[in-house]
Amino acid sequence: MSDLVSSPTQSASLTVALIGNPNTGKSTLFNALSGGQARVGNFPGVTVEKKVGAYQFENREITLVDLPGTYSLSPRSADEMVSVDVLLGRQPGAPAPDAVVCIVDSSNLERNLYLFSQLRDLNLPTVLVLNMWDTTTSRGVTIDVEKLQERLGVKVVTTSAHRKSGIEAVSHAVLQALEETVQPSPRLFPAEFYDEVEKLSKWLEDRGEEQVHFFLLERMLLDVRGASEDAAGNAIAPELKEYLDEARLRLTAAGCRIPAVETKLRYNWIRERLDGVLVRSQEDSKLSSSDRIDKFLTHRFWGILVFTLVMFLIFQAIYTWSGPFMEMVEGLQGGVSDFVQGLMPPGMFRSLVIDGIIAGVGSVIVFLPQIIMLFAFIAIMEDCGYMARAAFLMDKLMTRIGLSGKSFLPLMSSFACAIPGVMATRVIENRRDRMITMLIAPLMSCSARLPVYVLMIYAFIPATMLLGWVNLQGIVLFAMYSLGALVAIPIAWILRKTFFKGETPPFVMELPPYKWPSPGIVFNRVYDRSKAFVVRAGSLIFSVTVVVWALGYFPGDHARQESLSVEINSIDAEVEENSEKLAALTSEYNQVSAVLIQESYLGRMGKAIEPVVKPLGWDWRIGIGAIASFPAREVIIATLGTIFSLGSELEDGDPGLSNALMKATWPDGSPLITVPVALSIMVFFALCAQCGATLMVIRRETNSWRWPIFTFTYMTLLAYVASFLTYQIGTAIGI
Amino acid sequence: MGNENQPRTTLADLKEVGSRGCILDVNGDDAVAIRLMEMGLTEDEEIEVIGFAPLGDPIEYSIRGYRISLRSTEAARVSIRSI
Repeated sequence: MSDLVSSPTQSASLTVALIGNPNTGKSTLFNALSGGQARVGNFPGVTVEKKVGAYQFENREITLVDLPGTYSLSPRSADEMVSVDVLLGRQPGAPAPDAVVCIVDSSNLERNLYLFSQLRDLNLPTVLVLNMWDTTTSRGVTIDVEKLQERLGVKVVTTSAHRKSGIEAVSHAVLQALEETVQPSPRLFPAEFYDEVEKLSKWLEDRGEEQVHFFLLERMLLDVRGASEDAAGNAIAPELKEYLDEARLRLTAAGCRIPAVETKLRYNWIRERLDGVLVRSQEDSKLSSSDRIDKFLTHRFWGILVFTLVMFLIFQAIYTWSGPFMEMVEGLQGGVSDFVQGLMPPGMFRSLVIDGIIAGVGSVIVFLPQIIMLFAFIAIMEDCGYMARAAFLMDKLMTRIGLSGKSFLPLMSSFACAIPGVMATRVIENRRDRMITMLIAPLMSCSARLPVYVLMIYAFIPATMLLGWVNLQGIVLFAMYSLGALVAIPIAWILRKTFFKGETPPFVMELPPYKWPSPGIVFNRVYDRSKAFVVRAGSLIFSVTVVVWALGYFPGDHARQESLSVEINSIDAEVEENSEKLAALTSEYNQVSAVLIQESYLGRMGKAIEPVVKPLGWDWRIGIGAIASFPAREVIIATLGTIFSLGSELEDGDPGLSNALMKATWPDGSPLITVPVALSIMVFFALCAQCGATLMVIRRETNSWRWPIFTFTYMTLLAYVASFLTYQIGTAIGI
Repeated sequence: MGNENQPRTTLADLKEVGSRGCILDVNGDDAVAIRLMEMGLTEDEEIEVIGFAPLGDPIEYSIRGYRISLRSTEAARVSIRSI
């Protein structure tokens, strides 16, 4: 360190860790400091996101490591241990920090300083950032920064990160903190405690664990069943647990009741530091006006009404308003495809570019409108404080299926599209609730299932009126939409009893005061999420599309199809006399295409699985459709169109395909699709995981292949069994 | 905490908006108890009921100058003396 200080003009790299409570504006400060440039990944083996930014300040290269928002540094799981490991320089893949920036909400200083108080025990150069300074001062809270700095023994700076105010001072304070010697952390605990720390250190040393950081020793003693116990080598783990239990008994006997002693002493210390430093005006007007808003927004009638309207608006936005934008993406994709078609001669390479690459890119971009809309709403709701109230309102209802109020929005959004829904599970901090929500989200009937339902219902379900006014078609559509949600309830229960056992996670949630959302924060959140989707899930979604294209293209001989394509394009469709010839060529082209797909690897797979799908009432053609629609459910329409020689460019609800399906027969002449078969297909698509994009997003969010594979397996089995029962029972009772 | 025979008063027993209590103890040493203490629910602190969710649960409280929501099962872990 001394080398660096003696030559300040020389550019030397520094690592700074950024930590703070949730909802303190940490990401906003991160973006403001690093200029919005960040490398995002995952720490190996855990679901914790690793976000690293780099920037220059006064000739110094600063690497900023963002740590997940947390209320304390008492790790209870491997995920929570990551922050401690990063801070101690024990985390593989992350450099040891030279300094820590602790950001706090200055309007809620007392609670926020708890984390800071723990952080001080690391004895790292630390800067305390009092964020949201503008709102705090406008609330009539005054904080004597000079005095606070003196009492806490660290640099204190004030910022309003969303207005980019005070940002330079943060970097400046970091450099200053590095030059000064770190004041030793305050010794809050009684002497007996520090004696035990010493003893533990010796005990570990005797067993070959040398130089264990003071902070870790402290955590081992204080955190009953905490993750720090696992920080020592595995060989001594059981012995260590036993030792710690005894040490805690000794401490309790000496008057240090674990774990209560820590919170008690730290909060006492905080209150002493703040005495005479923080002064609240007689009446905190903002807080009481926030309480008045709360009375209305959590009211049993008005609150529910507003909530329903907000949710309706969000659903409407991702389900309907995103439509034109998605059509624009599809239109653009069509335009680019046509352009390329004009440039390139027909052949394998053109097919790869158009049906593989352009379609692959399109299949990623097409989800952006929904993602942007959902995350805009989430960002606004989070920033104005309503998000926590939404969870507060829905919690009781969601506990009935073993989840918390925070799962409501991701699950509801999944009715429009599971991709933003799965991404929205980030609002759930608890790992168990988040995982269960993510794994059942794809069961919600998304908009991509609708074309399948529409095709089957209008072709095969009679429009009978029940009780004179309810259309049977409507009932079937409603049943399909409810099916996934109903099935999700027992699935969530099973997941809770198997993979995610353990006590019910606490629902201890901060309810921040209401405020106007900041456009800058909303924009940044939406931008971050969209970018994360395109960069991190996009490549996987793209690959799936290209792989399925290749399976559908090879190994057939496309010479005839290509020459027909050339011929069709050369005919001037405007000329009346050509129309008959054009129709004949198109029909031949479609027939050739049908044969090609049947003979492709995909077609062979479809034929090979016919014995498997026959109990569902399907033939190989529907089997091919099911396999080909792995990247996305709606692809089944285009695939069936190709297989039934109608061409692949069918509009939704094209009567041609319905007619073809109605006329389709088994080799013995009996009709292929009866009412039970139509129902069986719909049930299958309602429950199956035929959405590569969702699976890839799950892969990205969980940082593991295990969960997308698990999701695909359980949903496919579920879909198979359900559609088997539908077909068999339906046939048996003769509907 | 005090007389074993006397039923313990907990935070969940505060049924009126505006009623207040002084915290005596948080029961247990599991994740819920630790989280409650970390959030500032420690001995001798005052806590006030701000409101109830439409189905009566969870409950919004005021403590240490901020607002927090707890389920009634969690509130029942907090022994209080009503004031």
